[in-house]
Amino acid sequence: MSAPTLEVRDLRTHFFTRAGVVKAVDGVSFTVERGKVLGLVGESGSGKSVTGFSIIGLVDPPGRIVGGQILFKGKDLATLSEREMRDLRGNRIAMIFQDPMMTLNPVLRIDTQMIETVLAHAKVSREEARQRARDALGQVGIPSPEERLKAYPHQFSGGMRQRVAIAIALLHKPDLIIADEPTTALDVTIQGQILAEAQKLCSNFGTSLIWITHDLSVVAGLADDIAVMYAGKVVEEGPVGQVLDAPLHPYTVGLIGSVPSRNHRGQPLRQIPGMTPSLLNLPSGCAFRSRCPRAEPNCAEPPPMAEYRTAQSARCIHPHLEEAVAA
Amino acid sequence: MSTTTAPLGAAAPAAPKVETPFRRFVSEFASSRLALFGLVVITLIALVAIFAPWIAPQNPYDLAQLDIMDGRMEPGTVGGAGFTYWLGTDDQGRDMLSGIMYGLRISLSVGAGSAIIACLVGASLGMIAAYAGGRTDSLIMRLVDLQLSFPAILAALMILAFLGKGILNVVIALVIVEWAYYARTVRGSALVERRREYIEAAQCLALPTRRIIFRHLLPNCLPPLIVVATMQVARAIALEATLSFLGLGVPITEPSLGLLIANGYEYMLSGKYWISFYPGIALLITIVSINLVGDQLRDVLNPRLKK
Amino acid sequence: MTVFLLRRLMQAALVVLAMSVLVFIGVYAIGDPVEILISPDADQIERERAIQALGLDLPLWQQYLVFLVKAAQGDLGNSFVFNEPALQLILQRMPATLELAVGATFFALLVGLPLGLYAGLRPNSPVSKGIMAGSILGFSLPTFWVGLMLIMVFAVQLGWLPSTGRGETVEVLGMRWSFLTWDGIQHMIMPAFNLSLFKISLVIRLTRAGVRETMLMDYVKFARAKGLSPARVTFVHVFKNILIPVVTVVGLEFGGTIAFSVVTESVFAWPGMGKLIIDSINVLDRPVIVAYLMIIVLMFITINLIVDLTYSVLDPRVRLETRS
Repeated sequence: MSAPTLEVRDLRTHFFTRAGVVKAVDGVSFTVERGKVLGLVGESGSGKSVTGFSIIGLVDPPGRIVGGQILFKGKDLATLSEREMRDLRGNRIAMIFQDPMMTLNPVLRIDTQMIETVLAHAKVSREEARQRARDALGQVGIPSPEERLKAYPHQFSGGMRQRVAIAIALLHKPDLIIADEPTTALDVTIQGQILAEAQKLCSNFGTSLIWITHDLSVVAGLADDIAVMYAGKVVEEGPVGQVLDAPLHPYTVGLIGSVPSRNHRGQPLRQIPGMTPSLLNLPSGCAFRSRCPRAEPNCAEPPPMAEYRTAQSARCIHPHLEEAVAA
Repeated sequence: MSTTTAPLGAAAPAAPKVETPFRRFVSEFASSRLALFGLVVITLIALVAIFAPWIAPQNPYDLAQLDIMDGRMEPGTVGGAGFTYWLGTDDQGRDMLSGIMYGLRISLSVGAGSAIIACLVGASLGMIAAYAGGRTDSLIMRLVDLQLSFPAILAALMILAFLGKGILNVVIALVIVEWAYYARTVRGSALVERRREYIEAAQCLALPTRRIIFRHLLPNCLPPLIVVATMQVARAIALEATLSFLGLGVPITEPSLGLLIANGYEYMLSGKYWISFYPGIALLITIVSINLVGDQLRDVLNPRLKK
Repeated sequence: MTVFLLRRLMQAALVVLAMSVLVFIGVYAIGDPVEILISPDADQIERERAIQALGLDLPLWQQYLVFLVKAAQGDLGNSFVFNEPALQLILQRMPATLELAVGATFFALLVGLPLGLYAGLRPNSPVSKGIMAGSILGFSLPTFWVGLMLIMVFAVQLGWLPSTGRGETVEVLGMRWSFLTWDGIQHMIMPAFNLSLFKISLVIRLTRAGVRETMLMDYVKFARAKGLSPARVTFVHVFKNILIPVVTVVGLEFGGTIAFSVVTESVFAWPGMGKLIIDSINVLDRPVIVAYLMIIVLMFITINLIVDLTYSVLDPRVRLETRS
């Protein structure tokens, strides 16, 4: 069994602001095997985006990685120099952002932005780079790629732009793609198409994919494994089918329960009461304590991650061990 | 207002220091040492200007005190009457140091005076435009745009070309050039404030319009106005100096720093630099310190920068 | 595109018309028209003859029409001092002023852009703080005094550069230009630099603000995520985005620079339009003043138009909107 594409061990990324230390990512661990898709799920502020940025090394001051290991094909990224990281970015590890309008530079043409990516990591001629760009656009299903290359980002629709971003990510056939909420800003129908494309491409090239989202339904159709984050920590992880059918952590239960399609008409939507705690002063022990219907005094101690079922773990001392969640 | 009485013999706890908005403003302003320095300097300059007749070593405009033989002397020389010319003398034998002190009076009074008048005119027009809206607003703003698109120096030159020289005309020219900034600033903030609820409340109480504008709307539009006014004073002083240097500003009898510099122009090439140099330094220090204060005021009073 | 141009030309024509009314009122209505247009040394008979010849006995609106017609034909009167057509006098001196203004803009961009870029990329370094402090100095220093000091240091004390005046000229396209000769350039350096000081500060501050704002944008982060070198990210992705507002402001300021050259030209005895207008104001040569005003207005309008066109070239989002 070859080394997993990515193994994150106890990653900690803190932001040192004037108001205090924000522990955005505080002890996150997960593994992504070759060709597999990991869904990284959580609300805003759970630390999922910061995790993605930490892996690719784009955490800006006042934040920085303060601990843990990020083993990419066995090498710890946290120890690499900026130069070495730059060689990996866009090449072996690629990232797709949320808002395609703002990720493509509005005053540069599409071909400029694609060709520069090719040339940054491969010593080929401009013409060859252009050819690769054209092929990449074709791969993601953009019609008449030759004309599209000469266009500017604002001439594309949102879905097209995101496809361009995916094409750029695929230019060097990376081993790992981190997608940070790539379909949140798009229509549902486009979303479906993009998801299908992504899945196909991953299975074709053996690319590992980390799909960061707050939308469980997206993860359900796409991911192999899921990791649920809350307040900077992973609170549950496991194969996606298992976790969604039989969630362990009360937060996961709440998340699944609050998806509108799971609710009944005529009845009020189920919500998790309360709000995400401020990352500046987290309560001691389990961060979900203040909102958990099953909280007890022991929760004041930080719960460890425990494997309650095969391949499925939760950071809780009284998870839901019933077979399936009552609808 | 405490209703509990302290037990006999116990010392009453010290009342907490009330942080009024003014106190907060002062402490935020003082956080920049550079701005504080600027404030101190400009205060000193203003004091020198006000008390010039009493503290200047010589009255350079009293012909009886002058000795033409002392003309064009280098800084530090001792004149015929045993009097030290710390910054040298000009071609008429006038002590530069005294000349600068008196010049500051003119420069500051014309600069600050025109800025104040322009502020009153501009702020009023801006308020009226914002409150009245509609055609009045359009008309006033058209005038503002026209005024602002024309370079200040050119407008001032043209006005002085048609009016002629003299202190009053300079003030008029400066006011015409400056009012538009105030009008635009005040109109901008007045438009925002106008929609706030306390104005509606005042209107519901059927307070007269003039009262609403001046007692309720205006005080809340003050912060950006103060910033603009400060920067404009510096601009006005610089503009007046430039106009006087070009020979189109204040008359010879009441020379501002700009005119003093102009007087020294012809002596530059023969190496008698001090006649232009020191008045320029005085002008420079004045403008820079006002700008330092204004910069900090802008940072402190700018709501967008408040976290 | 043509619709855009046509609309702008019409607007321009309106502004020029409005300006002509203002100037007309200023010259004819305020103050004694006789004083203004007729040389003060003329005697009674000459005056009456002149009054008739100039049509000053006609009603005001008729006088305005005459003025307008003549202006359209390029006749804005003769200078009292030189007894030549005022328009010609000004146009003769325009190349000199343009040289200074362009030189100043060139300095402003050459010095201001890199300094502003640095200050934006490393805002907390002591060098950057020094640059920002310097920029305050740049717009606080009274230009004319700095000019004097420049002359004193570089011409009088060090003798490196000539103190005043314009250098040798070469005739190109019917106009005399001095930047094509080394002597001309030597004469140009100080006045152009003096004129540029204010703009350098402006460019530094604009560039720095633009850089700081752009660096926070997602597309910069994305460019880094693609593994591009920092040089490429800064000089291609960031730079092109900040260039747009900087160029726009500098372009719009160009008119202001031309106007402000009156000061620099006076200090350095530079024979441009600015010096002409100052001298004319001092001797009350009003036809020249009128001609100068009209020319300046026309120049401003042209500059604004060029800036708008340049903007649409630089920013692709604008370009395509005007086309559709």
